[in-house]
Amino acid sequence: MSRDTALVSADWAEKNIDADGVVFVEVDEDTTAYDGGHIAGAIKLNWKTDLQDAVRRDFVNKEQFEALLSARGVSNDDKVVLYGGNNNWFAAYAYWYFKLYGHRDVVLIDGGRKKWELDARPLVKGEVSRPATTYVAQDQDLTLRAFRDEVVAAIGTQNLVDVRSPDEYAGRLLAPAHLPQESALRGGHIPTAVSVPWSKAANEDGTFKSDDELRKIYGDAGLDEGKDTIAYCRIGERSSHTWFVLKELLGQQNVKNYDGSWTEYGSLVGVPVVLGDEPGKA
Amino acid sequence: MTAVTTVTDASCAAPDQSAPLPAGIDLAKETVITGVVTSSDGEAVQGAYVRLLDSTGEFTAEVVTSAQGQFRFFAAPGSWTLRALSRHGNGDRTVAADRGLNDFSVTVGE
Repeated sequence: MSRDTALVSADWAEKNIDADGVVFVEVDEDTTAYDGGHIAGAIKLNWKTDLQDAVRRDFVNKEQFEALLSARGVSNDDKVVLYGGNNNWFAAYAYWYFKLYGHRDVVLIDGGRKKWELDARPLVKGEVSRPATTYVAQDQDLTLRAFRDEVVAAIGTQNLVDVRSPDEYAGRLLAPAHLPQESALRGGHIPTAVSVPWSKAANEDGTFKSDDELRKIYGDAGLDEGKDTIAYCRIGERSSHTWFVLKELLGQQNVKNYDGSWTEYGSLVGVPVVLGDEPGKA
Repeated sequence: MTAVTTVTDASCAAPDQSAPLPAGIDLAKETVITGVVTSSDGEAVQGAYVRLLDSTGEFTAEVVTSAQGQFRFFAAPGSWTLRALSRHGNGDRTVAADRGLNDFSVTVGE
């Protein structure tokens, strides 16, 4: 993968709003942003209620994903163009999700909803419905998804990238600073994980930095390109953003997103945790 | 527990910025940084992107202002920079926050 195949500009998006075989999808945590105005023709996906199981902590299964995309009118051959708020966190999460279930052609709009708004590009209100399809998903590609046991096994042997803010990494905050801090979690990070906040990869308008800038950021942080990599954050959506950068923009092999992330790891009994600003030892 | 816990556990996205402080927020423990983004002519700016940067200038969090131009962060005591981006221009302000409620406005487009 590369920038050319995984990312489109807002200009490209605006020119292709009515193109055949292109489906725009806005992905948000809460869909009030979409309801207040969205790219013309875009359908909405809620990252939680549409993409996560309502009871267990896991994703919707293959059949549920097929039913969802069929009902929303997405075909296997469509080019899915994702964008959303929060600097594309949830759109990147959906991108990873579409890849997990084997969708062939999916891209992110660089800068997402923020750049679109700051550019004063047109947004429209109203429901969008597309004719139903018969979508067929693949089995989950588990080369993209890390689970807790392999994360523990990766301590000291693989690249672990903690993409939360520095204060969350050090254990001084338990959640991003726009959220209340009350929580049952232990603070800190996984031993040997390097801290590269997701925001290092983005410009302030939400677009991604250049490939050269990105390579320098992760190289300087000590990521060894010869090793496999697992990215994590608190709940797996900011790390989707970094997974997208490492795998899809920079083309690194063997990059997984740990969607359990700190809300799982920080609650596990018996696993090692490091406090403070240094990665710590295995 | 209250809905606060649900929000915290479920998502990293920003809650509605115009809502009153969620029930259960303990201002003896939380450091809340809140305020309004205004344009150079004093109008509240809806839909501005407000970024909270730490004392080294590192990005910490971002929210979008409400219809009344309001934003809110849950931070920690110390020095922070509020940087607002909007169609009307950008603006920033460095603030010192203490535990409890800290009210700072940011002007854009000056």
